[in-house]
Amino acid sequence: MNKNKKINSVKPRSKNTSGGNSPIPSGVAKKLRSVYRVAAAVMIVLMFVLLATAMLGMPEIGDKNNPDNNEVARRYIENGLDETGAVNIVSGMILDYRAFDTFGESCVLFVATICVTIMLRIDGRGGEGDDEEAESDKKAFGIRQSAFAKLDSRNFEPENDTILKKSSLIVFPIIMVFGVYVILNGHISPGGGFSGGAILGAGFVLFLSAFGFNKTERFMNANTVRIITLIALLVYCLSKCYSFFTGANHLESGIPLGTPGAILSSGLILVLNICVGMVVACTMYSFYALVRRGRI
Amino acid sequence: MWNLIREHLNDLVAVALFVIGFGDLLFQKNMIKKIIGLNIMDTAVYLLLASQGYIEGRKAPIVVDGVRDASAYINPIPSGLVLTGIVVSVSVTALLLSLTIRMYKKYHSLDLDYCLMMARREDHSAG
Amino acid sequence: MEFVRNFPFFSIMLCMFCAIICSVLRRKAAQYFTMIVLLAVMALSGVLLYFTYKTGGSFVYYMGHFPAPWGNEIRGGCLEAIFAYFISTVAFLSVLAGGKAIEYDIEDKKENLFFILVCLMTSSLLAMCYTNDLFTGYVFIEINTIAGCGLIMVRQIGKSIVTAIRYMVISMLGSGLFLIGVTLLYTLTGHLLMSNIQESVAALSGNGDYGMQLTIVIGLMTVGIAIKAGLFPFHLWIPDAYGQSNVVSSSLLSSTVSKGYIFLLIKVYFRTIGLDAIENSGVLYVCFSLGIVAMILGSVLALHEKSFRRMIAFSSIAQIGYIFMGIGIGTKEAVTAAIFHIFAHGLTKSLLFLSSSEFTEGSHSKSIDQLKGLGHKYRYSALCYSIGAFSIVGFPLLGGFISKLLLGGAAIGHGPMQWIALLALAISTILNAVYFLRTVVYLYIPKEHIAETDDTAELKDLAIGNNISGRNIKNTFKKHIAENKDADTLDIETSNNKNIHAGHDKEEMLNLLPGMHCPRFVIGITALVILNFVLGLCSGPIIDIIKQGLDVFD
Repeated sequence: MNKNKKINSVKPRSKNTSGGNSPIPSGVAKKLRSVYRVAAAVMIVLMFVLLATAMLGMPEIGDKNNPDNNEVARRYIENGLDETGAVNIVSGMILDYRAFDTFGESCVLFVATICVTIMLRIDGRGGEGDDEEAESDKKAFGIRQSAFAKLDSRNFEPENDTILKKSSLIVFPIIMVFGVYVILNGHISPGGGFSGGAILGAGFVLFLSAFGFNKTERFMNANTVRIITLIALLVYCLSKCYSFFTGANHLESGIPLGTPGAILSSGLILVLNICVGMVVACTMYSFYALVRRGRI
Repeated sequence: MWNLIREHLNDLVAVALFVIGFGDLLFQKNMIKKIIGLNIMDTAVYLLLASQGYIEGRKAPIVVDGVRDASAYINPIPSGLVLTGIVVSVSVTALLLSLTIRMYKKYHSLDLDYCLMMARREDHSAG
Repeated sequence: MEFVRNFPFFSIMLCMFCAIICSVLRRKAAQYFTMIVLLAVMALSGVLLYFTYKTGGSFVYYMGHFPAPWGNEIRGGCLEAIFAYFISTVAFLSVLAGGKAIEYDIEDKKENLFFILVCLMTSSLLAMCYTNDLFTGYVFIEINTIAGCGLIMVRQIGKSIVTAIRYMVISMLGSGLFLIGVTLLYTLTGHLLMSNIQESVAALSGNGDYGMQLTIVIGLMTVGIAIKAGLFPFHLWIPDAYGQSNVVSSSLLSSTVSKGYIFLLIKVYFRTIGLDAIENSGVLYVCFSLGIVAMILGSVLALHEKSFRRMIAFSSIAQIGYIFMGIGIGTKEAVTAAIFHIFAHGLTKSLLFLSSSEFTEGSHSKSIDQLKGLGHKYRYSALCYSIGAFSIVGFPLLGGFISKLLLGGAAIGHGPMQWIALLALAISTILNAVYFLRTVVYLYIPKEHIAETDDTAELKDLAIGNNISGRNIKNTFKKHIAENKDADTLDIETSNNKNIHAGHDKEEMLNLLPGMHCPRFVIGITALVILNFVLGLCSGPIIDIIKQGLDVFD
């Protein structure tokens, strides 16, 4: 509700200042938009009906004779343990059989981080962001500007909260240990790099909200994040290149698979899980830090 | 008919969620609601995928006690695809949220149509 | 196995590797490294093209230790090779020619991030081009979409942010549809590999099973990709996106990103589902008619557009319509023509965007009226722009002419379709000629015919208006200092000094004055012009390669 009011208070002023001659006459635009809305609504209803009818004719859920339970899935289950060394068949599948997909997926995360960094990182005063923002803040909020600036201050840190501090002192180590456990056991039990990395990242975020940036920067700052991400991605990229290259040229990769079920087993999968875990933890932390203060 | 619906309940719920998310993404003006719609849509696809891999009476594909018979475990492929999909939707959500933050800082509104109008006007007055 | 077969894999991984390394490089180093890598990818694709054309077949390449239905797989043939060559060439020349524009538009410390986006975009396009697996295709579509969003918003002015959000929202609708299509197809066939899906689909349609479901799957995937490529009813994001972003981004987005999606669609049609099932579903008619509408509507909208770069963007809509019309006709000749048009349009559009960057002062758009007489001032880029305009209109000797000829020739002999197609081609060409030649004429209007405009007043208006970003003012100043360095200007400048943000004082602006003109820019656009002529004059071998590639496609 509050937001709506703000919007309304801005609208008339901006109309007066800018002269308001938009390229398309507003009547036509309105009509066009309503046509689009109706068409979209019809399309959505149609889509639901079509998809639902199609679904009713699809193979039944949970049937073991469905087309997707074919030789592909069978080989993953029956030979997966020997071929990849991973007890967790899904881990073995995404990090060994279909590793190219998973590499692409890590790149999605990487490119999203880059985009978020471009959007939110503030580099000194050189950036366009600050002045312009302050200017438009002033315009929109008028008299309340000083209060707003205080609230929006980049380096605003919440007051010391005893409950949060004490409880996160207890919880933070547990979260860290759990995250590392999930990463290292990715090939043995449910979990893996992504889930473990997300847990670690959440732990860092908790630490940051409890103790503030000054304390967190001792072990997580822009440089560490950059170096960890770089090393992890490079190791990931190079080890996958090696395995793709040897695989395609029918060469022996020479990586021992170990005894299934042990921590040090399943060849590259463990390494990849650790790399992915580090990347994801750093990514989660840097998303949070970038949103809060515009730098990592 | 009732039986058919019960057999395909997961599919139908997934389709309903997909359409809800799709509609949200199309019709909501508020960016936060749009992003929520996007996530509903993605979740619907994951539900659909996960239920395609399910086989009645079988366990998750993690080898326990040395049982390596294909008839003991569900299909692992959709689970892997869902994992991949989740990471994609996390990235997209983060990106959209950061874009929304910048848009809000510039125009003080979360309404995409309004911001677009403002941007056009600005463009026009700037020549 | 020949060593050449590793090249698709090398080129994909090289780009990814470059992207990772760029995250720690400084701006210049990142730029040169990216250019070297793109050049290397060009060379690799060229050698691969030669190899595949010589041997005349296609090959599959395991991504890992396991054969196809279990592991991932990529596939190389001459069609893939020539497409990869096209992508890397356009990316390389865009970065080469647009160096100044990049420096001007992007904050110094973030410049290396821009090159990460370029590298990842190229690698995802290459992966989409080479992939033989539908789900891999989906993952790389997402990378491409996010990188495209990054390219749009990289200027970080208000408008480009809003545009990027809009692009992202619309693209996400497309990816959702595509993903649900892939899921349903997986449920029906049990495969994600393209060739296995084709076998299963052929078996299914042989038995007459799941006819409706298959149609819906095809529809979902087509709509999903068409949204991302910007086909007619989903084109709304295009003009803003291409018209607002950095010139290099516009060039990359319009000539490679949207074409990558279309190439994937061709793969889905001809390799994944198979032409029989596609023809049964009737989706080709939809493609054809939407393509026709897009051809005419895009041209009409471009005719009405006053902003120069948005006009070029609108013409992209029409050109995408041409490609979809070619796919919609569905014969081998028509698809060959469509693919040839992908190349012709890609090279021409990047030439138009890049060469116009000099007289639009980087990424700043101008209204078409403001172009009057600029051809005398910026001789070389105006000449190159005119060649690009002639090519897109379809003058002989140039790429656009051949592709239109091929499209027209492919349409003949298809009953009522041929009349519609030929009529639409004629109308669209005439409209193209009207709006592109108008800009060329404006560029070369003799100086004495140009009315004196009061730039000072314009500047005052700009400075007083509240909603202007610093950059626009900066741009106007630049122009101003160039044209009349009198006391009046300096006065205004001092009075508005607070509006220009710190770090860009007058001297720095004067340094920027030569604009985009530098040896790199000249080399880049010259290469694009030459390539346009190559497409026009040596079309025979290229058509041969495409035809041969299509022959081994399924």
